[in-house]
Amino acid sequence: MTEITTMHYLVVAAALFIIGTIGVLTRRNVVIILMSIELILNAVNLNLVAFSRLYGLHGQVFAIFVITDAAAEAAVGLGIIIAFFRNKETVNVDEVDLLKW
Amino acid sequence: MNPVATPFFFYFLAITAIVSAIAVITRRNPVHAALSLIVTLLSLAGFYLMLYAPFVAAVQIVLYAGGIMVLFLFVIMLVNLEQNIREYQFNKQWIVATIAALALGGLLAFVYRTGRGVFPSAFYQSYRGLEGDNTQQIGIWLYGNYMLPFEIASLLLLVAIVGAVVMAKKRI
Repeated sequence: MTEITTMHYLVVAAALFIIGTIGVLTRRNVVIILMSIELILNAVNLNLVAFSRLYGLHGQVFAIFVITDAAAEAAVGLGIIIAFFRNKETVNVDEVDLLKW
Repeated sequence: MNPVATPFFFYFLAITAIVSAIAVITRRNPVHAALSLIVTLLSLAGFYLMLYAPFVAAVQIVLYAGGIMVLFLFVIMLVNLEQNIREYQFNKQWIVATIAALALGGLLAFVYRTGRGVFPSAFYQSYRGLEGDNTQQIGIWLYGNYMLPFEIASLLLLVAIVGAVVMAKKRI
């Protein structure tokens, strides 16, 4: 086995990003779509921390900001899911049509 | 500085992270998906430890695995998913999703293949300020150079708190 380089981390992060993208595009359950968005954000975080190993602490600080954004996004998104479930008794994303007429 | 990133641990964590990430998007029961997502987040925390970022690893465990995932599980318990589990779980966009994933993967593979020489390939000549006192240095950065983004993040969290409460209220 060879030395682990930055590229190894980038490939893992790319795999997680693509898996998250597939999850966002194909699942019907809104909760799992939000989880896939968390996967995407985590892939970005892994990239940032892997580059902070090379170029200083900026990447880690940005990773903390991304985690903050993820927390805010999860809170608001799950609040929207609760409000939607109260109206329609479902969490399927293809039945979200309250704003259409 | 000896690298703690032994190849065995790296591949172990990578396989754990990717397999449980696939489980997140394929499991029928959202509780199982949430538990798989916790496994992914914990293995990413292991990656951060291997990359000499102990503070980010701790924040990852405390905030993600401890905070956000509890929020997810709480909402999964709140919304009654009994009949949702029995429904079909995937929508009809799988062709578009496949094309998008292939395009994204091809783009990333192309960029990584052509840009391979740009990054230093190993960590030998890596940044020297990362050993020791990681938390202290991140604190200095956060309250020094990144003061304004830090305050904006606090404002964002305030807005998110108010927004979540307003969204989840029964009648506004």
